[in-house]
Amino acid sequence: MSVALPTATQEVEPPEGGILSLLRRGRRDGRVTGLLIGGVVLFVCIILFGVLGPVFVHQSLAQVGAVDPNLPPSGAHLLGTDGQGRDVLAAMIYSTPETVKIGLIAGAIGVGIGVVLALLAGFFRGPVDAVIGAVSDSLLTIPGIAILIVIANHLTQLTAISLGLAIASLSWMVPTRLMRAQVLSVRERTYIAVARMGGESELEIAFREVMPNILPFAAASLVWAVSSAVLASVGLAALGLGTGDVSLGSAVYWMMTYSAVLRGEWWWFGPPMIIIGLLFLSLLMMSLGMDRFVNPRLNDRG
Amino acid sequence: MAEAPVLRVQNLRVNYTTRPGLAPAVNDVTFSLRPGERLGLIGESGSGKTTTAMAIMRLLRPPARITAGRVLLGDRDVMSMNQSQLRRVRLSEVALVPQGAMNSLNPVMRVGEQIRDGIAAHGGQREAAQIRTRVAQLLERVGLPPDVARQYPHQLSGGMKQRVAIAIAASLQPKVIIADEPTSALDVVVQRQVIATLAEVQKQARSAVLLIGHDMGLVAQFAHTVGVLYGGRLVELGPAEQIVSSPRHPYTRMLVDSLPELEGKQRLVGIPGLPPALSAMPTGCPFHPRCPWAFDACRASMPPTLEAEEGRQVACHLYPKHSSLPEPPAPPPAQEPADRDAAEAGHV
Amino acid sequence: MSEIEAPLIEARRVVKVFGGGLSGARHTTALDDVSLTIPAAEPMLAAVAGESGSGKSTLVLHLMGMTRPTSGQVLYQGRDLVTRRRGDRVQFHRDIQAVFQDPYDAYNPFYRVDHVLQVPVSHLKLAPSRRQGQVMIREALERVGLRPGDTLGRFPHQLSGGQRQRLMVARAWLTRPKLLLADEPVSMVDASLRATILNELRQLHQDLGVGILYITHDLTTAYQLCRTILILYRGAVVEQGTVEEVISKPKHPYTQLLVSSIPRVKGAHDWLDSKAGETADSERSSAGCRFANRCPAVMDRCWREPPPLYRTEVGSLARCFLYADRPEVTSDVAGRELASGPAANGAAPAAAALSNDKPESKD
Repeated sequence: MSVALPTATQEVEPPEGGILSLLRRGRRDGRVTGLLIGGVVLFVCIILFGVLGPVFVHQSLAQVGAVDPNLPPSGAHLLGTDGQGRDVLAAMIYSTPETVKIGLIAGAIGVGIGVVLALLAGFFRGPVDAVIGAVSDSLLTIPGIAILIVIANHLTQLTAISLGLAIASLSWMVPTRLMRAQVLSVRERTYIAVARMGGESELEIAFREVMPNILPFAAASLVWAVSSAVLASVGLAALGLGTGDVSLGSAVYWMMTYSAVLRGEWWWFGPPMIIIGLLFLSLLMMSLGMDRFVNPRLNDRG
Repeated sequence: MAEAPVLRVQNLRVNYTTRPGLAPAVNDVTFSLRPGERLGLIGESGSGKTTTAMAIMRLLRPPARITAGRVLLGDRDVMSMNQSQLRRVRLSEVALVPQGAMNSLNPVMRVGEQIRDGIAAHGGQREAAQIRTRVAQLLERVGLPPDVARQYPHQLSGGMKQRVAIAIAASLQPKVIIADEPTSALDVVVQRQVIATLAEVQKQARSAVLLIGHDMGLVAQFAHTVGVLYGGRLVELGPAEQIVSSPRHPYTRMLVDSLPELEGKQRLVGIPGLPPALSAMPTGCPFHPRCPWAFDACRASMPPTLEAEEGRQVACHLYPKHSSLPEPPAPPPAQEPADRDAAEAGHV
Repeated sequence: MSEIEAPLIEARRVVKVFGGGLSGARHTTALDDVSLTIPAAEPMLAAVAGESGSGKSTLVLHLMGMTRPTSGQVLYQGRDLVTRRRGDRVQFHRDIQAVFQDPYDAYNPFYRVDHVLQVPVSHLKLAPSRRQGQVMIREALERVGLRPGDTLGRFPHQLSGGQRQRLMVARAWLTRPKLLLADEPVSMVDASLRATILNELRQLHQDLGVGILYITHDLTTAYQLCRTILILYRGAVVEQGTVEEVISKPKHPYTQLLVSSIPRVKGAHDWLDSKAGETADSERSSAGCRFANRCPAVMDRCWREPPPLYRTEVGSLARCFLYADRPEVTSDVAGRELASGPAANGAAPAAAALSNDKPESKD
């Protein structure tokens, strides 16, 4: 077997550290695309909207009955007010973080579970793999939203964390499956045999050698998991099963309850839809960009 | 041999534009191919051999760019052709058996269809029956049974896939076939069969062959003429037997000396140091840090390519002062680890 | 040969079959009654040669304890590897090390190359202190001609293939192994660097007493580096003996085919013209010798029964009915001969042929 590619990339560079140089390298490799960067930037903007917004707009304006209801946009209220007397802009600013928070918590827990289960199943195979596979496959056949409604109904305290956990418990299966496939491939690599010969125990190899190499896939799964968690939480909140704090989903709930569309109050139903739409757009861009990130065009074989 | 060359590469230069300051991957390479001639290009990793092959077919993608030179097919310059002219020329006049050809076959198409596609794409307005016959003929020529046409690539062995790739390359009787490492990853028995197939096909189609490789034994047995690439430069070119038995360039000599043989046990001698990286190309001659014959001129300036006699080129400051490679001025350096690494880093 | 001390590693009549069973997949016999003994006392310098599908990689996995035989045993210091105790593991990995074929794949891209050197030092307790470990690492790097300053702290993609491979040799040396399994160590390395790396292996053997088992498909380098050689074809040992005997005077038709397929750099230009390997009847499957369908000397008998190993000369064996008039040898006896090779013949010719400055002290 011979060395495959022309070795223009075989430059002996001084070791570089830092995010910026990693980004630069990523740009050069074709891993980091405009799509990925754009998605990240958009996502960050949405978060900043929710995080920096409070500096400009006071929370009291987002409370029920703070101002006169059903007012169209004006100088005083840039996005008008809703049927319950909230300033819409304030409501958006204060509800966005709540939604994103649930999404991130659920996504992170789901992927965290996924990583561990994928490693155990894919690396150790045998009965462990069979059990995890069986559980995963059966849970996948159940419509998640139905179970979530049941769970949410029964939870005494609907907090961001409990809701996040509930959502995570039904979203770990896809990440697990995805990462298990990667684990199956990574465990055949020569460096795993080298690690064994160096005296590493099997468990050490799984978490020290294999896991770092599935992190890109974990990141890709995270984006997917966060998207579906946001969707789930918006859906639940729209059905009245939210945390009770004001969130984008609950905004949807209230505007449905008060027939905002029928009344033509576009300043009320518009903004939540737009923000949810932008949120999903950013997550979609990131997940498309992740595809490239995980599978760069150029084969990195020096 | 008064026949006009079928392929002439003149002063070809290819740069990688990833960063400024990178040396050219192919640096001012000149050679030509006569009809029916077999030319072997030898080089190690980083020598520029695959880049040269891809440049001739204009198959290079950014960040690789051809920055100078001409490639004359007959009397037309490939460098100045537009895309549609290039498409016509590829396969019908210059065909490529790419590196890892076994992986370049379409996995979801039957083998016969892939051969047929190549023929059809070049205005083969023939009937289906004629094409089928042609496909069977091609398969037979490469030593494969005709029913291989109905199979998918994954059903064939590595050697068989390679022969299919050769069949595709030969399908339109091109003037030049470029074979880029056609036998990498193949066993030695299959390797011989594939190269024999290439020779057979070449004779029948009356094509010239440019064989790119790193195995001097294989290339020397197949090719009439051998060119040696190092650091993007064509350091030596000449008839295969002469290159092997009386090399002129120090690198060629040391390379031939480092090859293990089957006639008696010998001292295993490698070439100390490493091939230069494009980002750290030595000044002057790219080989001088590893060259026992090196002297001041070698560090100062790039040796020009000299035509010693008809069909024999060498790029080394020892010539034309010497007529053949003298004995090295000192015994090949028994280097201390520190020195060896300095050489490895490509610095003086 | 010392019978007193148990051999370091012994593969005894190993058979390995893949597939079959419940899945109904066609089963493949990767190894068929292969025996190989690596002695504890004297370091050996032997080659296992074969092409893809010969089973040589599977054999290496068995010797490294990374897979279990379907039948037969692999013994480490007389004890079955399959049932080895945890405590043995550290000593096993100290005694047996390996260098693999692919210098790109042998490194975890997530870590700097130091990782691959530090893991054995810490996990196999090679040094009493961290600082001492660092000293050991630097010494090992220098021994293979690498400068620590230019190598440590780098990521794998920042080093060349040759550097990576030498670093692997340095890593193997860290544990002061008794046996180094070199699985195609130079096939993905440039020609000019091959000789250097092979020399390093030879020096490890001569100067430091490390046994080397060189697994390859390249008969030429096997000839130059090793003393004895074993040829595998589709899982079976087809020929065994000194490199001079096997390569210059091959007995088995497969070995003859292999040797004639090697393109020589110098010498006659008839390599292309030889019709070696072009035999008909490749479709017929054989219940006997596995090479029957490609063998130019095939006889009726070959299709029906598998041939045993015959002793063609002192220290040489071939699995072919062409030599049916010679004494038969069983697999485990054959396995013990690989290391000692020409011991019965007198080692002087082989030793002198390794034209190095240091005279052979052993054998």
